[in-house]
Amino acid sequence: MSGLLRCLLQRTRAFLGRKPLDDDLDAEMATHLEFAVEENLRRGMSAEEARRQALIRFGGIMQAKEQHRETRGLPWLDILGQDVRYTLRTLRRDSIFTIVAVLILALGIGANIAVFSVVNAILLRPLPFRNPDRLVRILEKDPKGGESSMTYSVDATREIQQRNHSFASVTGYFAFTGPDNFKLTGRSVPLPVTGLLVMTNFFQTLGVEPELGRLFTSEEGLQHARPVVLLSHAFWKSRFAANPSIIGQAVSFNNTPVTVIGVLPESFDFGSVFAPASKVDMFVPYIEEDFRHDGNDLALIARMKPGVTLGAAQAEADELFPTLDFDLTHPEYKPGYTGRIYGLKDYVSGRIRRSLIVLWCAVGLILLIVCVNLSSLLLARAASRSREFAMRTALGAGRGRLVRQLLTESLILSCAGSLAGLGIAFSLTTWLAHQGSIALPLLSSVRVDGRALLWTLFVAIAAATLFGLAPGLRISRVNLQEALKESGPSTSEGRKRDRLRSVLVVSEVALACVLLIGAGLLLRSFLRVLDVDLGFQPSQAAAISVDYDDGNSADKRSAIWQEVIRRVSMLPGVETAGISDNLPMSRNRSWGISAKGVLYHEGELQATFVYIVSPGYLRAIGMRLIEGRDISWDDSPKSQKVVIINETVAHRLWPGQDPIGRIASVSGTDARVIGVIADVHESSAENSAGWQMYLPATQFGPEGAQLVVRSKLPPSSLASGIMSTLRSINPGQPATEFRPIQGIVDHATSPRRFFVLLVGAFAALGLILASLGIYGVIAYSVTRQTQEIGIRMALGASRSRVQLGVILKTLWLALAGIAAGTVISLALARAIASLLFGTAPTDLLTYAGMALLLVAVALLAGYIPAFRASRINPLVALRGE
Amino acid sequence: MGDSKLDLLQGTLDLMVLQTLSAMGEQHGYGIARRIEEVSGNEVLLNQGTIYASLVRLQQRGWIYAAWGTSDNNRKAKFYSITRAGRKQLAEDTSYWQRLSGVMGRVLAMQNEGGAK
Repeated sequence: MSGLLRCLLQRTRAFLGRKPLDDDLDAEMATHLEFAVEENLRRGMSAEEARRQALIRFGGIMQAKEQHRETRGLPWLDILGQDVRYTLRTLRRDSIFTIVAVLILALGIGANIAVFSVVNAILLRPLPFRNPDRLVRILEKDPKGGESSMTYSVDATREIQQRNHSFASVTGYFAFTGPDNFKLTGRSVPLPVTGLLVMTNFFQTLGVEPELGRLFTSEEGLQHARPVVLLSHAFWKSRFAANPSIIGQAVSFNNTPVTVIGVLPESFDFGSVFAPASKVDMFVPYIEEDFRHDGNDLALIARMKPGVTLGAAQAEADELFPTLDFDLTHPEYKPGYTGRIYGLKDYVSGRIRRSLIVLWCAVGLILLIVCVNLSSLLLARAASRSREFAMRTALGAGRGRLVRQLLTESLILSCAGSLAGLGIAFSLTTWLAHQGSIALPLLSSVRVDGRALLWTLFVAIAAATLFGLAPGLRISRVNLQEALKESGPSTSEGRKRDRLRSVLVVSEVALACVLLIGAGLLLRSFLRVLDVDLGFQPSQAAAISVDYDDGNSADKRSAIWQEVIRRVSMLPGVETAGISDNLPMSRNRSWGISAKGVLYHEGELQATFVYIVSPGYLRAIGMRLIEGRDISWDDSPKSQKVVIINETVAHRLWPGQDPIGRIASVSGTDARVIGVIADVHESSAENSAGWQMYLPATQFGPEGAQLVVRSKLPPSSLASGIMSTLRSINPGQPATEFRPIQGIVDHATSPRRFFVLLVGAFAALGLILASLGIYGVIAYSVTRQTQEIGIRMALGASRSRVQLGVILKTLWLALAGIAAGTVISLALARAIASLLFGTAPTDLLTYAGMALLLVAVALLAGYIPAFRASRINPLVALRGE
Repeated sequence: MGDSKLDLLQGTLDLMVLQTLSAMGEQHGYGIARRIEEVSGNEVLLNQGTIYASLVRLQQRGWIYAAWGTSDNNRKAKFYSITRAGRKQLAEDTSYWQRLSGVMGRVLAMQNEGGAK
């Protein structure tokens, strides 16, 4: 072994320092020959003969030297070095080809690395917790009522904690945290802060260690405990300048001193895992006693005991959950809980897995197109290089050596492409990681990591082999004599090669067609989503979170809200204003509603989204009252309770009847139905509307207040006026943001937008590459047929006839590709059917449109060479070459 | 390196060189080549140049070492001599060759035994 190692070492040394060794060998050989000459002279030969004989006996000097070098050094590295040098030289000479090839590769490989990084971050990489595969998320099996039916009450949670055998620990967080629910006070302008209420064992269950300080203790979750807070890394950095001495200090939140006990690590990003595209600044203990009678508000997460499987945990949950109590002080109320246990990772990224895989396939297609394109380019180059290779073969280069040389070329091209691609991918991922508005989980952790680099290497080598091998094999098979004899391009030359290139272009067009159709279907779905009647008017409306202190008095709240709306409505440009505690497509909660006096079977009623609103809110947000009236300030705390329901509720509770004036039971309280509004897409544009009701804030308790303002003016120009109005009413109003309602809708459609944008970009890239391919082949064949065309024109073919010939050829290639692509698409489209919205996977319009687009682009690509062909001067063409 | 595969010709020349150095002591490349030609009765057609590849290989394996010196007729020449590891290798290779040639001799001397009909 040591001998082997020494050999290798010496060989490496010999490889690196060849000059002294070569000189040494030269000297030695010279001496050798002198000795031989001397001996021959002694034998009586003439000087000339002595030298001749010595040389004969020695054998080839060059061969001996070469043999010596091969024996002592690393011959394969030598050859590689030669190939690399040679390749660099030829590539530099052919700089346009090189730039085009590297650019194409960079785009293809860069897109692949970027998408891989996204897939890696969202699907492949484990969650940033300790033993993340043991973590589960517990939900209701059929969550129809939004967040309220995905959560559990305090008493139910306690029972799960005490009675289960599957989990080492069960924890939860308050699921109804809205943004900016705290304000950092003790400074001139209160700063809005998002604080999440978590059970005190939350971080211990996830296995997250603080970066500084400590985590919550169970005592800190008791009532009247000293208030404490854990800061997120980002908030600590931005608000407290990453000052470690903040630990143990009291900071004023909502005018209460709260002690900072720790800072969470940078790797812990609650929003990116649990609530994509939202940020959480700090964490405070969830005081269980405060929420015991508030209903379902805990989103549950648990860590399974070692050895417990998901199936076992699920089986236990099926037994346990239906027996759970809602509120122990009301044991008669049986909520009928169910529980579905999801692996946490599955819960976080499962829903977008299919989209990501489609994205991955799309980018793989791009790479294939890139490879085909380069194959075609290399083949074209090969045509002009066939004599070079024939010459080298004649000089003794073996076929393997030539293929090796060509593969080296493709490898160098693909490495250069990968390097540039890495640059593209790096900027793309950095950009993506900072897209806070795209509601995709774990997006903030997207980066080009070691695994992505490995993937790059794999892609680079695979691509190089893919696009280099076919042309390599073909070139190395040139017929020596033919190639050397050949005096220039002629009509008969390279028909086979021409056919191969045509096949390549057809497959390229087919691949591009598949991409285009896929992108077209997704785009059409997206447009359909944008077209959905949301039930409200997001444009020309904006909302701001309003802070107020009503001391839990409905009268006082009523007065404050009225004042806010009155003052804001008077601002110039404001058409109308209203307040709701929750906005559509954002935080939601649900209660129950039923027709009073009717007995319902199980499953007939449904959790109903509830919005506590002011008069005028419906008009401000643009919801449509179908019949009845809006809430008014006269619906006071003392008068009869009223409710506005949506069409779905009206149809389900009073089928075929007029609901106006009927008495509904709203979570146990009687309320008269005063209005019916058109269904609102309360959770997303794509899901159909659930049950909804709107209650007056004068009669029911809202959770916060979102002031919605409708105005033709842009929100930015209104913001300062509204803020100063709010400040004049309540000096404690924090500097919350005045956000366009459209932003909320955009946020909800952002994942679809994201995928459509990427797939669309890839399809466009595919289209460009395919047209480049078509152009290349047609242009090349026109160049090669110059003479032929010249003859035909000399014999009387008209210009338009020549043009038509070239264009027909283009059309053939394109149509063949489109036909193949359409067939493949029809087979594949089923796989993306679940990603489509209101669009059939066989949508005729998309297929036809994309085929037309491809034909148009192909014709454009073919027209340039066709035009050139028709300008051929027969005289010049026939004389030339 | 290359030990796994017995390249007969290459191995043969290496062994000849080792044996020559062992028998003659310090010697330069030309001397070694000439000596092998003489002993083989010129039956080996040796391109003298190939000996240098063999020499560098043996050197890299540590079986011989080389140093520039002066020849009898006052010429600067590179002299090779066998090392202790080289002698050990020579002994091993010699016995291997003897066994192999013994076996080959017996196999080639085999008569038609009329086993298969």
